[in-house]
Amino acid sequence: MSLSSLLWANLLRKPTRTSLTFVSLAIAFLLFMLLQAISDAFSGGVSLTGMDRIVIDSKYSMTDNLPLSYVQRIRGLDDVEQVTNLSWFGGYYQEPRNAFATYPVDPESYFDIFREQGISADTLARFRNVRVSAVASEALATRYGWQPGDTIPIMQDIFPQESGSWTWQFELAGTFQYSGGEILLINYDYFNEAVVGWGKGQVGWLVARVADPAQVDAAIRAIDGMFENSSDPTSSTTEDEYRRQFASQLGDIGAISGMILMAVFFTIILLTGNTAAQAFAERVPELAAMKTLGFPDGSVAALVLAEALALCLSGGMAGVGVAWLLEPGLEVNLAGTIGSFEMSGWSAIQALGLATLLGLAVGAYPAVAAKRLAIVDALRER
Amino acid sequence: MRELIRCTNVCKDYVRGAERVGVLRNVDLSVQDGTFTALMGPSGSGKTTLLNLIGGLDSPTSGEIEVDGLRLDSVGGRDLARWRARSVGFVFQFYNLLPVLNAQRNVELPLLLTGLSRSERRKNAGLALEIVGLEDRGKHKPGELSGGQQQRVAIARALVSDPCLLVCDEPTGDLDRATADEILELLGTLHRELGKTIVMVTHDPRAADRAEHTLHMDKGRLASTEESGTAEAVA
Repeated sequence: MSLSSLLWANLLRKPTRTSLTFVSLAIAFLLFMLLQAISDAFSGGVSLTGMDRIVIDSKYSMTDNLPLSYVQRIRGLDDVEQVTNLSWFGGYYQEPRNAFATYPVDPESYFDIFREQGISADTLARFRNVRVSAVASEALATRYGWQPGDTIPIMQDIFPQESGSWTWQFELAGTFQYSGGEILLINYDYFNEAVVGWGKGQVGWLVARVADPAQVDAAIRAIDGMFENSSDPTSSTTEDEYRRQFASQLGDIGAISGMILMAVFFTIILLTGNTAAQAFAERVPELAAMKTLGFPDGSVAALVLAEALALCLSGGMAGVGVAWLLEPGLEVNLAGTIGSFEMSGWSAIQALGLATLLGLAVGAYPAVAAKRLAIVDALRER
Repeated sequence: MRELIRCTNVCKDYVRGAERVGVLRNVDLSVQDGTFTALMGPSGSGKTTLLNLIGGLDSPTSGEIEVDGLRLDSVGGRDLARWRARSVGFVFQFYNLLPVLNAQRNVELPLLLTGLSRSERRKNAGLALEIVGLEDRGKHKPGELSGGQQQRVAIARALVSDPCLLVCDEPTGDLDRATADEILELLGTLHRELGKTIVMVTHDPRAADRAEHTLHMDKGRLASTEESGTAEAVA
């Protein structure tokens, strides 16, 4: 026998109570992992790169469109090297749960601007030359087993075609490298030609690249100044600033997650603390007997604290473990909605750190009480 | 025969609310090594308090207590715990076994404080259970044993570290007559055959008859001492 076997024997003294507490802890830490992954997914979705890129959006709302003609006008500015346009297309593949980001883009300028998104020359040529073509990120093509030449029907709920059809069909030209998860790019020219009248000549936002990163501020002033008195004024920012603004809009999700977790862990502290206090009260004569046998005050206190730690850590590990088991299924189901859904190792470390703090918090009072326990008084209570 | 326990002018007060209650008053006591002593007296006479002081579970308010060469009134905390682990075995009225451990592990528990290996601890616990006649009940938890068997396990636990002193607080108080006689017989055997010094608090005159000496307490003082059936007053 060892003190660790005594620890586990004590924890299993009331199996039902311990099991319920264990399950509560596991669920709390599972929730923690899920909310962390969701928060990471939103943060990851706006993680853009490029010091020399400017995002040009409508001044009044990111949901307002801009005229397509702005592409050429901005391209004419001295400091601007390249401009591309993007729009939100929406839609889904086969059924609503298979939703992913789809953007109508100009193939040439898009891949010139976003050079980190590698695409082969052949694929780019097909994407450019075949008007009904589309290119998928490797993750998206892998998920649905798409091959070049496949016809991909996308059901629309925003943009009908002029023909009245809500189903758009694209021919897959190939894939491209994209670290952000699953997206589909379609040829803007085809979209602009086929879309219903009110959608023509509109773009969601523009991205420009300047030749010299030091001239970004000057280019921003020039772009916004050019459209200041137009019916569609612009608001331009660097990608970095755009990311910060977007993240601040998503900040509410982080705050809501934080509040949910605070409520959960506050409840868990009360629940586990109550369990630990009850377990201590039931064992006062036993702890006194251990002290009688010669166990020092500190050892008895450490045993009580270790029991709380073991319960919280095992519950935490179970929650993290279940989260990891659920990850593949959740990734498949949520990736199209919120982007890349991954349980990070850092979240697991945070969860286990939190479990340790929880164990210390709920075990502190019984441990101190055990340390201060006077043998004679405790035996008299018997 | 050497003196194992010496109490000199020992007083013990308890504070209850605003009141200070004197439980022991100027107790002088000497117990020789290898003897079997019973402490008797009415409830509240201070016998359990005296036993707790002798066993190092409590400290006197004043006076000196020396057991096996150590002044208990001048050490405390960790040193006193270490001394208890090495020198004293305790047997209580309600056994005070750990219900989550089986008999073997309960007996083994005090040996966790020694440097013995796992196999040595197991072997010694087995021997102690054999001495009390429960070698075949090692796997049973306290809840699966009778009161008498639980008390035997408690005695085995008290013995396993081979202490020089056994202190027993009403060891038969929770048992029927026949079982109580068996436990007393066992304590007698430990005293006679293993030479253990035993100090036992009891209300039961038949239990006290097993001892070589009986000390009578009343109102916190030693009232008389009796040896082999003859009582004499203490000055």
